[in-house]
Amino acid sequence: MKNLFRRRSTPEVTEEEREQIDHAVQKTKDGVFNRISDLFRESVITEDTWDELEELLIQADVGPVTASTLVESARKDVEREELHTSVEAETALRRHMVEVLGSDEHEPLEDMETGTVILMVGVNGSGKTTSTAKLTHYLQRYDRSVYLAAADTFRAAAIDQLRIWGERVKARVVAHQQDADPSAVVFDAVKAAQQRGVDFVIVDTAGRLHTKFNLMEELQKIKRVAQKSNPDARVVSLLVLDATTGQNAILQAKSFLQTVDVDGIILSKLDGTAKGGVAFSVYNELKVPIWYIGTGEKIDDFAPFNHLEFVNALFETR
Amino acid sequence: MFEALSDRLNDIFTGLRGKGTLTERDVDTAMREIRLSLLEADVNFKVVKSFVARVKERCIGAEVMQSLTPGQQVVKVVHEELLATLGEAARLELSNTPPSIILLAGLQGSGKTTTAAKLALALRKQGHHPLMAALDVYRPAAIDQLISLGKQLNIPVYSEGSKADPVQIAANAVQEARKNANTVVILDTAGRLHIDEAMMTELQHIEQRVKPHEVLLVADAMTGQDAVHAAEEFHRAVSITGMILTKMDGDARGGAALSIRQVTGVPIKYMGTGEKTDALEVFHPDRLAQRILGMGDVLSLIEKAQEQISEDDAKKLEKKMRTATFNLDDFLNQMRQIRKMGPLTQLVELIPGMRGAMKQMGGAPDMNDKEVKRIEAIITSMTRQERQNPSIIDGSRRRRIAKGSGTTVQDVNQLLNQFKEMQKMMKQLTSGKMRLPKGFPGK
Repeated sequence: MKNLFRRRSTPEVTEEEREQIDHAVQKTKDGVFNRISDLFRESVITEDTWDELEELLIQADVGPVTASTLVESARKDVEREELHTSVEAETALRRHMVEVLGSDEHEPLEDMETGTVILMVGVNGSGKTTSTAKLTHYLQRYDRSVYLAAADTFRAAAIDQLRIWGERVKARVVAHQQDADPSAVVFDAVKAAQQRGVDFVIVDTAGRLHTKFNLMEELQKIKRVAQKSNPDARVVSLLVLDATTGQNAILQAKSFLQTVDVDGIILSKLDGTAKGGVAFSVYNELKVPIWYIGTGEKIDDFAPFNHLEFVNALFETR
Repeated sequence: MFEALSDRLNDIFTGLRGKGTLTERDVDTAMREIRLSLLEADVNFKVVKSFVARVKERCIGAEVMQSLTPGQQVVKVVHEELLATLGEAARLELSNTPPSIILLAGLQGSGKTTTAAKLALALRKQGHHPLMAALDVYRPAAIDQLISLGKQLNIPVYSEGSKADPVQIAANAVQEARKNANTVVILDTAGRLHIDEAMMTELQHIEQRVKPHEVLLVADAMTGQDAVHAAEEFHRAVSITGMILTKMDGDARGGAALSIRQVTGVPIKYMGTGEKTDALEVFHPDRLAQRILGMGDVLSLIEKAQEQISEDDAKKLEKKMRTATFNLDDFLNQMRQIRKMGPLTQLVELIPGMRGAMKQMGGAPDMNDKEVKRIEAIITSMTRQERQNPSIIDGSRRRRIAKGSGTTVQDVNQLLNQFKEMQKMMKQLTSGKMRLPKGFPGK
């Protein structure tokens, strides 16, 4: 069991990460999942126990279908293995929650080759610009250099917002005028980064609802241009998803996945009371993994998403 | 993605037809579907519980139990209950002695600044002289954003930079409005978490200082189960008087609004329906109810079409259809316009009843990029004469067109046949011989 729960090691950040994740899920722990653990501590498991359990997952935005699947799986295991104690039952549910999230193995961004272009995409107000700044800071901690591309040329003052962050994290911001073609900004940024051997270009794109066909086509073009500006570059697409989002997150992820082949998700705003349970449904239905979490307003409130720790922390009660 | 509730209920009740009356167990099955549908629409699970209990009580009554179409009856009951819960569209309550003060509050990223501009524009259209005030001193460039929106709309913005105290800015903004005879002041506050005590206290201080006539909670239509917690906390802190539901132009079913309305009792006043500054509408309970039920949103479809096709174009097209002078040029234009609206499969989802019909036909017609490009290539390889009068296209012309467009003669034939069919259909449609599918709007 210990082995199963061991995480990929990046020793210099482990403690810090753990603290941040713990901090992020503190509210959650105190709430819903604390009660899940309590449920299992009651000695006799009844029909009501399972119903309540399902409701608790739904309340965490896990979604009615995924919640029901999780509970059914845990229940079957408990029956098949003739488990009796509440601790065994809790482990069964925990195991299934981890299973739904799949493996958290992915090539760490900080290890990617020089020239990598990271597209930050998402709906309006999900936290793309703030996440861009946090990710820049995160990569800089690994001594990787970053250029920022101000590709949100639509929203008023979005370029200024990124410039201010650029000054704070000391990263160069490549920007054009308001209403300029975002692809042209990306082209310039990628070329400039290539010339100077900069490790990453992070592209802060405009927020767009996934149902807007034209805007999604524009995003496709941005990706195409990024790839063309440097054919050797790897282009990574990260979807910034607000943790307070409900079931619409699945439609969002699906649409962005089809448009720019999303590699991973940044789950933002996990510092509220929202449970981020949407992560379960998104992975369950689309297999798009969560890579990072945003846990506050400060620049270093950002950490790799660790499935085992996340689920474990949710179940920790003391 | 989500089955419309009506489709589901019809499926359940189809098997029960001819059985005479329904049993309570049949009703329970239906209630389970309603519960699931509401949960998928992000209605808070506690709200779902009480809602379903109310619906069930009514469904056990005679009107549903003895109906020949119980599925539709249940949907009707659900729809009515939804409308009752959502309440009427409420108007802004402004002061008789100007300036009226409107405070906007909400979580980060819910759309407060954009909404401030939209609201100011809407009020100006009603004859007001609005002033916007930039109270978000925290988010980088938030003040610039409001100033820039103000410039676009030619609406004054009061700001004191990002070093000032938001409470003081609010008070000064009201003074400024008095001085300049502005009739409305819209206070754009910083986004804040409902559990951030310091920030919630700040909001309270602003409220106490300027005593706003309206405190509007700006809420994202995509929010999940947590929406009620946030709304309750905001309501507790500053007594909200209304709600503005943003990002309604997406495909979120907006169940959060129902939850907030039920839990706080606060009326929904406006909906944000687009990125442009005029995309603010008075709340339509009926449209939201339909959406929550997953019954499609015909009005959204019409709006989508209107976005792309101007009235002039539509009139021209109608005339062409009536006089049967619709040619291949029009066909090409038509296709390009439809494509601008998005993938056909997505459009189909917006039409109630179409989802079921498509399923029976084995999926929506496939009109992918490649195919459209091929058709485009074929038509553009024709001479003007050929496009206007396709009947002159003989064998040798077909070979030339195929060569020119890089396709085969078969492809050209297929297109011409499709076009002929389409012309036939149009004649029938305009002469009123063809009936629209059942369940089509406008019954």
